[in-house]
Amino acid sequence: MIALDFASVLAEWPLLAKGAAMTVLLTAVSSVLGLGLGIGGAWARWQGPRWLALPVGAYVEAIRNTPFIVQLFFLFFGLPSLGVKLSPELASVLAMVINLGAYATELVRAGLTGTPRGQIEAAQSLALTPRQVFLRVVLPPALKRVWPSVVSQIIIVMLGSAVCGQISTQELSYASNLIQSRNFRAFESFIVGTLMYLTLSVAVRHLLHWAGPRLLYGR
Amino acid sequence: MTVRRLLAALRLLAAVPLVLAATAHAQNALDDVMAKKTIAIAIPTDFPPYGFVGTDLKPQGLDIDMANYIAAKLGVAAELVPVTSANRVPYLQTRKAQLVISTLGKNAEREKVIDFTNAYSPFFQAVFGPKALAVKSPADLAGKTVGVTRGAMEDLELGKIAPSGVEVRRFEDNNATVAAYVSGQVQLLATGASVAGTVMNKNPQLTTEFKLLLKDSPNFIGVAKGEDKLRLKVNEIIAQAKASGDLDKMAMKWLGRPAGELP
Repeated sequence: MIALDFASVLAEWPLLAKGAAMTVLLTAVSSVLGLGLGIGGAWARWQGPRWLALPVGAYVEAIRNTPFIVQLFFLFFGLPSLGVKLSPELASVLAMVINLGAYATELVRAGLTGTPRGQIEAAQSLALTPRQVFLRVVLPPALKRVWPSVVSQIIIVMLGSAVCGQISTQELSYASNLIQSRNFRAFESFIVGTLMYLTLSVAVRHLLHWAGPRLLYGR
Repeated sequence: MTVRRLLAALRLLAAVPLVLAATAHAQNALDDVMAKKTIAIAIPTDFPPYGFVGTDLKPQGLDIDMANYIAAKLGVAAELVPVTSANRVPYLQTRKAQLVISTLGKNAEREKVIDFTNAYSPFFQAVFGPKALAVKSPADLAGKTVGVTRGAMEDLELGKIAPSGVEVRRFEDNNATVAAYVSGQVQLLATGASVAGTVMNKNPQLTTEFKLLLKDSPNFIGVAKGEDKLRLKVNEIIAQAKASGDLDKMAMKWLGRPAGELP
């Protein structure tokens, strides 16, 4: 029978709180920028010029077919040899934006492709500019169609940020790991970490389902 | 080092019967060496800068220099026997080597099965960094980034001396820590002497050098249990080498710091 000692882990709550805050910050920044990148990429692959659609397609394939941690190591350990030094936090956000951007491109594109032809023709017959057609007529319903998938992708990226601790970004799993390497309470430390991730995921899901209709595509 | 120690402990258990057998013919190793004009010395080849294989495929390093030094002082030829950390002590117990000069630390378990001479070189955890960066005392660490492997001994020791304002970046394992240092993501590297030795060896352009000591655990030469004549003779050579500064010279050459106070 093992004796669980949560007190020695919870005594380190400032570390855990700081870690959770960093995880939330990384997720917030990368979901806003990543979604923006995804919408741009989806437009490029859907109706964009060929010279843009091809590189975007290559980007999507490259990112969706390589592990996140390799992308992260490439940015953090690889780029300095080209003279680009990123802080661990910046490298983490960048890797998450690039990663989410690729997945969001495909998700949003699925929503765009599902737009009925007649809806676009109706907008054109009202003399809307192509930009107005895309932003006001096509995009909002497209986002509405794929929003649940986008939300779960954002949560996957948030959970994926656990590996950012590998390059010394002080997020939640870094905090759990540091605590267990100090007091050797690995089980308790990771139980606490796991519960915090679970809470964060549920909270983020509710927040995004609340915010999506209000901010992005109207009700 | 933990794996090394663990293996050593396991091996010692297996070696108990050998010790009993070995005590039967004690006290003649030195005479044998002088008669044969050759001494077999166990050295590492996988532990830079203490012992590794150079580009000419010959073993080199501090332990190899020390082995040759002792053989020369005895006036005999040195026969270098490459060993791993797991079989260092058995080589001694089965008399395949008369001396083990292989970054061997002294502990109670090992003292039960072999004897130790005085210490001849330091093993240590320390902060390393490029020549251009001036770090003379712990206070100089302020405002700099130091890479360290999370939970390692150097992580704990660094925590004790680091002033506020030093940015300690902790990585998952030695490889990530070294990668962060080599790619320039951290300015300084807190690690064991052997890891730092590998870094210096493979990346000479970084001009990595010893900066600050975190923790010392010196190396000893192992002799078979009961070989007091040989042990005292080697102690005599070590004492002379210490007095003449030869030990410091060797430590400077391979570790970038003097041997310092050795027990």
